[in-house]
Amino acid sequence: MEDIIKEDILEEVESCEPNFWQRLFSNKMAVFGAIVILILFIIAIFAPLIAPYSFDAIDLPQMLKGPNTENILGTDEFGRDIFSRIVYGSRISLKVGFIAVGISLVIGTILGALAGYYGGITDYIISGITDIAYSFPVSLLAIAFVAALGRSLTNLIFAVALVSWSGYARLVRGQFISLRNREFIEATKILGMSDVRIIFKHMLPNSMAPIIVLTTLEIPKAIIVESSLSFLGLGVPPPAPSWGSIMSSGRAYIMEAPWIAIFPGLMMALAVLGFNLFGDALRDTLDPRLKD
Amino acid sequence: MDEFVLEVRDLSICFYSGRKEIPAVENLSFNISKGETLGIVGESGSGKTVTSLSIMQLIPNPPGKITGGEMIFGSLDLLKADDDIIRQIRGNNISMIFQEPMTSLNPVYTIGEQLSEVFSTHQKLSKKESMKRSLEMLKQVKIPLAEKRMKQYPHELSGGMRQRVMIAMALACMPEILIADEPTTALDVTIQSQILHLIREMKEKMNTAVILITHNMGVVAEMADNVMVMYCGRALEYADVRTLFKEPKHPYTIGLLNSIPRIKGGRRKLYAIKGSVPVPGEVTAGCRFNSRCEDVFEKCRIEEPPFFEVGASKVRCWKYEGKGVTV
Repeated sequence: MEDIIKEDILEEVESCEPNFWQRLFSNKMAVFGAIVILILFIIAIFAPLIAPYSFDAIDLPQMLKGPNTENILGTDEFGRDIFSRIVYGSRISLKVGFIAVGISLVIGTILGALAGYYGGITDYIISGITDIAYSFPVSLLAIAFVAALGRSLTNLIFAVALVSWSGYARLVRGQFISLRNREFIEATKILGMSDVRIIFKHMLPNSMAPIIVLTTLEIPKAIIVESSLSFLGLGVPPPAPSWGSIMSSGRAYIMEAPWIAIFPGLMMALAVLGFNLFGDALRDTLDPRLKD
Repeated sequence: MDEFVLEVRDLSICFYSGRKEIPAVENLSFNISKGETLGIVGESGSGKTVTSLSIMQLIPNPPGKITGGEMIFGSLDLLKADDDIIRQIRGNNISMIFQEPMTSLNPVYTIGEQLSEVFSTHQKLSKKESMKRSLEMLKQVKIPLAEKRMKQYPHELSGGMRQRVMIAMALACMPEILIADEPTTALDVTIQSQILHLIREMKEKMNTAVILITHNMGVVAEMADNVMVMYCGRALEYADVRTLFKEPKHPYTIGLLNSIPRIKGGRRKLYAIKGSVPVPGEVTAGCRFNSRCEDVFEKCRIEEPPFFEVGASKVRCWKYEGKGVTV
């Protein structure tokens, strides 16, 4: 009886403690970041409903018009609506951001896990490759990749993945090395579990927090790489709009029609800021040392 | 006595540090039969834990390496068996509990999930069945409010409770051998006795052989049937628990027993064995204990003694030369 009463009291005490989401959203930056990301998603998913024009609707009489009631963010040199192009461009940015980061997450995590778990010669080889990939200037590697294999969305995604997997490999390797000698991992070995099971069921879930944080910080990086490649003319082939390619085309008209370059630039800055703020707040919340 | 579940013969384990070769265990032999509790006692660094890890084939390699010996479990030599077989034996036939219950459970899973994993790994039971068996197991180790504990995470449990969970996990598949490596060192005294009682009760219920590793003579007296005293990777004395406490033979055992504080017998300065365990790798000639022994004489420094069988004990000391049969 006494036990039960004590349990109830304990439970009440526990429920007073703010949970993860409450703690996360008590941070105003996290709220801002989350809202930006949410809006970005809504824009990308409902692009045809939100955009007043098609992204490639050419209307030459309307070319290079400043922001007005018909084209709220103005038009480019072919009279295409900038707002519509930015809206459709968010699809490409998010697609590249998420798919590329997803691929690098899988590759990086598996390689990092193998290196960290087995150590020795396996670690030596994988760490060597990772360090080489990590030491390349991000854009240079991506540019070389796309230049060699040609412009397409798929190549763009692989190019971005190619430059970001090494971050995951290093992170996961470090996590696994610190977990490897912990007693509960030893205990799973003593209970006769296989390596695959120990890696994926016991070690990986314990490394999830930093992986998630890294992901929220890698996505904006991927968006920037995508935009820079598009800006250099190595991104998605036209007329598909990408923030980077819109900016690139606006570069020639920067004096007479600055809105072409400014608005996609602003949009990109906002998106990157949203992801970064959310990622930072997430890290602060997940880091046990910063609790209390 | 009856058949042995585990026979260890001439086990030697070495650790390599740079080019140096450091023996951790040398020519260790012991047997354990069904339902027996074997206490392994010794100071820190005497090779107790290395011995237990070697039974599980979990010596980190490198730097460690089992350099010789046999370890017969049933009809199988564990030292020669391949990894798949060893994996099936771990947790199923031979199990282990650690001294540190606070960190031996995975923080991201509930107690129920971790416990049921043992059943699904070794007995290939369905999830539902595993959960049911886990709950039974928790009740057997006398965890109050077992249904609730199943859904709790390790950090929500006390040390004693976690050690009970560890025992439940170790005994889930009714192993033939349970290795308990200082199972109570990290717990406070009242919980210690509860945990020891639990281990004994579970052992009797399942007729499991227990290898109890400890440096606490009180725990040995309470739990063990037979005792092996280890020093510097060597066994110095074997005896049944009564003989060991009544008539300790080896000067080291006598020293250990004298350094237990007693309630009766008035106030006196607590005895301590002089010096400390020699640094492993500094091979000295003769008996391993000669640098700290009070009865040391010339021969001890030259030649290592064999085992002499004196009464019910086997002891590795020159003092007993001629008084017993050489083994």
